[in-house]
Amino acid sequence: MLLEINNLHANVEGNEILKGINLKVNAGEVHAIMGPNGSGKSTLASVLAGKEEYEVTEGEVLYNGKNLLELSTEDRAREGVFLAFQYPVEIPGVSNTNLLKTAVNEIRKYRGEEELDSMDFLSLLKEKSKLVELDQKFLSRAVNEGFSGGEKKRNEIFQMAVLNPKLSILDETDSGLDIDALRIVANGVNKLKTKENATIVVTHYQRLLDYIIPDFVHVLYKGKIVKSGGKELALELEEKGYDWVKSDKAEAVV
Amino acid sequence: MENKTDIKQYFINQFDEFEKSLNGEKSSDFHKVRKDAISKFAKLTFPTQKDEEWKYTNVSSLLKHNFSPVPVKENVSSETINKFLFDKMEHSLLVFVNGNFSSELSKLIDIPKGVVIGSLAEALKNNNPIVKKHLGKYAENDNYFFTTLSSAFTKDGAFIYVPDGKVVEDPIHIIFITKSGSEKILTQPRNLFVAGKNSEVTIIEHYVSDEDSIYFTNSVTEIVADENAIVDHIKLQEESNKAFHIARMEVDQERSSNFSSHLISHGAEISRNDFNAKFNDDGSECMLNGLFMIGDEQLFDAHTMIDHAKPHCNSHEHYKGILQDKSKGVFNGKVMVRQDAQKTNAFQQNNTILLSDDAVMNTKPQLEIFADDVKCSHGATIGKLNDEAKFYLKSRGIGEDAATAILIHAFASDVITSIKIPALRDYLEEIITKRFNQ
Ligand SMILES: Nc1ncnc2c1ncn2[C@@H]1O[C@H](COP(=O)(O)OP(=O)(O)O)[C@@H](O)[C@H]1O
Ligand SMILES: [Mg+2]
Repeated sequence: MLLEINNLHANVEGNEILKGINLKVNAGEVHAIMGPNGSGKSTLASVLAGKEEYEVTEGEVLYNGKNLLELSTEDRAREGVFLAFQYPVEIPGVSNTNLLKTAVNEIRKYRGEEELDSMDFLSLLKEKSKLVELDQKFLSRAVNEGFSGGEKKRNEIFQMAVLNPKLSILDETDSGLDIDALRIVANGVNKLKTKENATIVVTHYQRLLDYIIPDFVHVLYKGKIVKSGGKELALELEEKGYDWVKSDKAEAVV
Repeated sequence: MENKTDIKQYFINQFDEFEKSLNGEKSSDFHKVRKDAISKFAKLTFPTQKDEEWKYTNVSSLLKHNFSPVPVKENVSSETINKFLFDKMEHSLLVFVNGNFSSELSKLIDIPKGVVIGSLAEALKNNNPIVKKHLGKYAENDNYFFTTLSSAFTKDGAFIYVPDGKVVEDPIHIIFITKSGSEKILTQPRNLFVAGKNSEVTIIEHYVSDEDSIYFTNSVTEIVADENAIVDHIKLQEESNKAFHIARMEVDQERSSNFSSHLISHGAEISRNDFNAKFNDDGSECMLNGLFMIGDEQLFDAHTMIDHAKPHCNSHEHYKGILQDKSKGVFNGKVMVRQDAQKTNAFQQNNTILLSDDAVMNTKPQLEIFADDVKCSHGATIGKLNDEAKFYLKSRGIGEDAATAILIHAFASDVITSIKIPALRDYLEEIITKRFNQ
């Protein structure tokens, strides 16, 4: 099993946001996590990535059998965990190329591999930027600075493509995208899918799941997974709206 | 030395020693200037934090040492000097060891006819008329304790004269290296750079040491940019972390001249820079940029003053600091816009990053505006590295140190990219990498 979350509780600023999450993800699977705003989707993603403000009070997270919560953020990334941020941060003065070059080499160093030489690195960037139809000129620009919403999301998937993670968590990568951009992003994600890796797609809307077909759909509400099912659950949700889960909550355990 | 009266008496006593070391030079015209200065010095008081100009900078630790103003001659190998050169840069190099010009370590390359690049001692000996005309005219002794000390003990320094219309293509790199023997030494480089009408020159003042000894550098630099001259000045302060570095730079700008300066500073236990630029006529530009990186208990202080005495001049000042540990930074940037100085544009900015809770920054912009048709702005920020950005970098597999270094490179990047010499930019990037990612 790639990821196993057992009874995960987490606080932010003293408030309990995650209230006992259970989730199992195998290599080769795509899981969708849906849920209304404020239900804790991004909090879950942040806890998995190791953001310090989030305090885990109970439960465990196993990644490849290892205790993920013990690892630093950078070591999680080096072990193959990738988070595509809902709101990617702008970093003036740091180019995309510089970020990725440092990241790739730090990851290689961790794995005991040699640094990539500049030529190999540049051809890697070139190849992967095509995957999300990202113009080459973005490579020399400062990370996310002045990017449109859609460009930021594409840039996240581009980074994912370059870093080649085992477990990707895409936090609302579809939000704010027009249909063309959505297709491009979904296409990129699908192309990166293999039997060895897994993807958790966090989304508010069903729409993305027409393009990225999930094996499992989970509904997160008030810090708990209140429903799980196959891809048809997403359609049902779309039809009935989140009020359905909200009222249905009491009986929900799968 | 116990107190501030002693330091004066100490140097007054040392003056006799110093005079003896001058040999024949005592009879030069210039010697009167030294003698006037030492008698002036006797009337000044050592600066304390009670002085407004020294409010945040305590230099009383200088009093603990008997610095010898007549340093013994030491030899430095060219291998040592090579450590401070910028890669792949062919340029003229002047080297001063313990304040004295070393012709063996220096070299001149492609110097246009009429241009003088060399030692002030030599020029003084020859009663050089340019020196006579300019030396001490801008950095007046007045109430400057340390300038007066420098004037009294003036012996050597860099002297550059670019006659009207001459362009010196390659930067001139001046290295001041201090090597202590058995005693703690005081070196007092006295530099004079004169750029004639329509001339162009780039000068790098570089203060270094190969050891971590206690010594004291007290430098005074006077720069004249005559009509339409373009002077690019870079000062790189890489003294020993136990050294004291006190420096003054005075810039005199004539009509339509363009002066730009970068101060990059990361050495010395205490460093104090007084940078003053004055517009004497219309249409000039002045840029003062700075980047200081300090840690441990280092103190860095920049007191700058841009005097808009005439109309239609632009000044642009941007100082950035990165403070670690218990270090302390002081920035006092004065912009004076006099009544005559209509159509002035003056911009000033100071940004500081504190990497530790114990680091302290005191920043004080002072705009004094007496003209009404001007555009002036100033701003200051003191903050930490952006945690969100750091988390983002780490989430891509970049470790703490590398992430910090990347963000610091980014913070410093606008000051560094405004330096026009690529080899020097690389050298500075390397300093940052060494300092923050090891
Ligand atoms: N850094 C934070 N500080 C304070 N409250 C937070 C923080 N992050 C999230 N929360 C709170 O946690 C709850 C869940 O937020 P979030 O995980 O962003 O939800 P979702 O992604 O499902 O919309 C919300 O009530 C939000 O206000
Ligand atoms: Mg969210």
